[in-house]
Amino acid sequence: MLKLSRNEKLAHAIIYVLLILLTLAFLIPFIIVFSTSFISEAEFARRGGYVLYPEAIDMGSYDILFGRSKVILNAYSVTLFRVVVGTGFNLAFTITMAYALAKKDLPGRVPLTIFVFITMVFSGGLIPRFMLVDALGLRNTLWSMVYPGLISAWNMLIMRNFFMSLPEELFDAAIVDGASPPTVLLRIVLPLSMPVIATIGLFYAVWHWNSWFDAAIYIDKSHLKPMQIILRSLLETTNMQGLEELAFIEDPPPAASLRSALIIVSTVPVLFIYPFVQRYFVKGIMIGSIKG
Amino acid sequence: MKSQADAGSLSRMPPPARNSGNWRKLLERLWFYRFYYLLALPGILYFIIFHYIPMFGIVIAFKDVSPFGGVEGIIEAPWVGLKHFNRFFNSIFFWNVIENTVVISGLKIIFGFPAPIIFALMLNEVFRLKFKRFVQTVSYLPHFISWVVTTGLISALLATSGGLITEALNNLTGDNWSFLTNPDHFRGILTLSHVWKTIGWSSILYLAAMAAIDPALYEAAAIDGANRFQMARHITIPSIAFVITILFIFEIGNLLDAGFEQILLLYSPSVYSVSDIIDTYVYREGLLGLKYSFAAAVGLFKGVMAFLFLIAANALANRLGQPGLW
Repeated sequence: MLKLSRNEKLAHAIIYVLLILLTLAFLIPFIIVFSTSFISEAEFARRGGYVLYPEAIDMGSYDILFGRSKVILNAYSVTLFRVVVGTGFNLAFTITMAYALAKKDLPGRVPLTIFVFITMVFSGGLIPRFMLVDALGLRNTLWSMVYPGLISAWNMLIMRNFFMSLPEELFDAAIVDGASPPTVLLRIVLPLSMPVIATIGLFYAVWHWNSWFDAAIYIDKSHLKPMQIILRSLLETTNMQGLEELAFIEDPPPAASLRSALIIVSTVPVLFIYPFVQRYFVKGIMIGSIKG
Repeated sequence: MKSQADAGSLSRMPPPARNSGNWRKLLERLWFYRFYYLLALPGILYFIIFHYIPMFGIVIAFKDVSPFGGVEGIIEAPWVGLKHFNRFFNSIFFWNVIENTVVISGLKIIFGFPAPIIFALMLNEVFRLKFKRFVQTVSYLPHFISWVVTTGLISALLATSGGLITEALNNLTGDNWSFLTNPDHFRGILTLSHVWKTIGWSSILYLAAMAAIDPALYEAAAIDGANRFQMARHITIPSIAFVITILFIFEIGNLLDAGFEQILLLYSPSVYSVSDIIDTYVYREGLLGLKYSFAAAVGLFKGVMAFLFLIAANALANRLGQPGLW
């Protein structure tokens, strides 16, 4: 182990303290909403707002979110649709195009790549995009959350670079053995590419889970609203009765508590999954940072 | 045009063998790759429909389009030239949104760009691997959280009524504090929450560059009597300098993206004066105010400027001998 001088030891002590403080800064906001989600109306009135720890556990907010209101379960199912069906579509379209553009001797490969690349540096902007989705009749359908973001040019190029890094001899050997191009793709390329497919799939899934703005402009119907939209309306409104989805509630729990509970409910799946999948994400950034 | 005329004049003669051979060869080659074109086709259609058609949709910026006319409405709408652009350049909002965009973006670069570098340098000094991994994993957390949830966390701390920090300050000082509706604090909140959300994730590339440094360099420096500060200064930082340069250039290239979703979710009329950026202005004028043509003109202005910024950034990167985005 290294030997450290007094100054270095002091510097290291300061670094450790700073890192611990930083870690707390990441965690404390979550602790606060977690605690506040359990407080009752009486405790809220006494303590005046959000709290670092609850004095007594009151499940009133969760009771409303899951028991007395259908809104949350419905929003969950819309979000789940986005994540599962949306990500499936994303992957199917991304993989096929990336595989074609990875074929090194394909005539027209470079112009096609430029054709995709242009969309990364210039876009028509918000208004034409909105008018297009409107004109296609996608507004107020679940597909308005799937089709407009079908392929991320960035993810597609990452995947293309990965396919291009696979050894060419592998395919040649298979073709010599009489395998057709579809067989090569399904039997050889896809099994070899599972790590990168998982990574890109997770990118898309988290994006779907967290998306708010597309649904906010394309969806007006209550029963088609995903989790993030419901959470947003609850955070925004000043009185709970003002929110159409929760208008029927008599003597509601404190707003802060209900909001906190909804934040927890919409974040818990991510909180539990991300420590296990983050290494895939890190790998994804690495692949993306290598130019092909 | 020319090749068509040639083909016409030659059509009565037998076609030159070499030429037709080329065409056949080309067709044969294309047919040979049919499976790959078939695979690319859905993606190509997607990019045409959802990216190229909206690009041509910017013609509405030069017309007077009613929000209720549909596609025929766009075609029939009268051309008005640069009317909407002139209105934007001469409006009292022009300099305000430009200033807000550049200042907020600038603040985020000034504080948000060095933060992950410092964070990575600090982590590089941590030799307890479990602690290091724990801090890293926790620091990635904000990256996986939506901006909607993040604004919920911010208001748990800073809401004017009930926010943990606001209420604590009120009790301590006896004043009535406000943060999210206070123009003096709003840009600070935007900057701080941006740093909170990105510091961990942005440190990954720096940590990767540090991991690639040859340990022999440190050993040699230790034998020469260098201390940890000198090693950081003369080995670590020079080794990651190229990553720093390239990321900084592209940060500049994205100067006009000041954080649309974050601001849209956090701002309110009382802080428009310090936080209304080009993107939020386009959203309000266009989708809320239904001035499609005007908003599209503002959006086009931003798109063109952003494109020029990116080209300049890339040229700068190439000039410095770094591989740019292209």
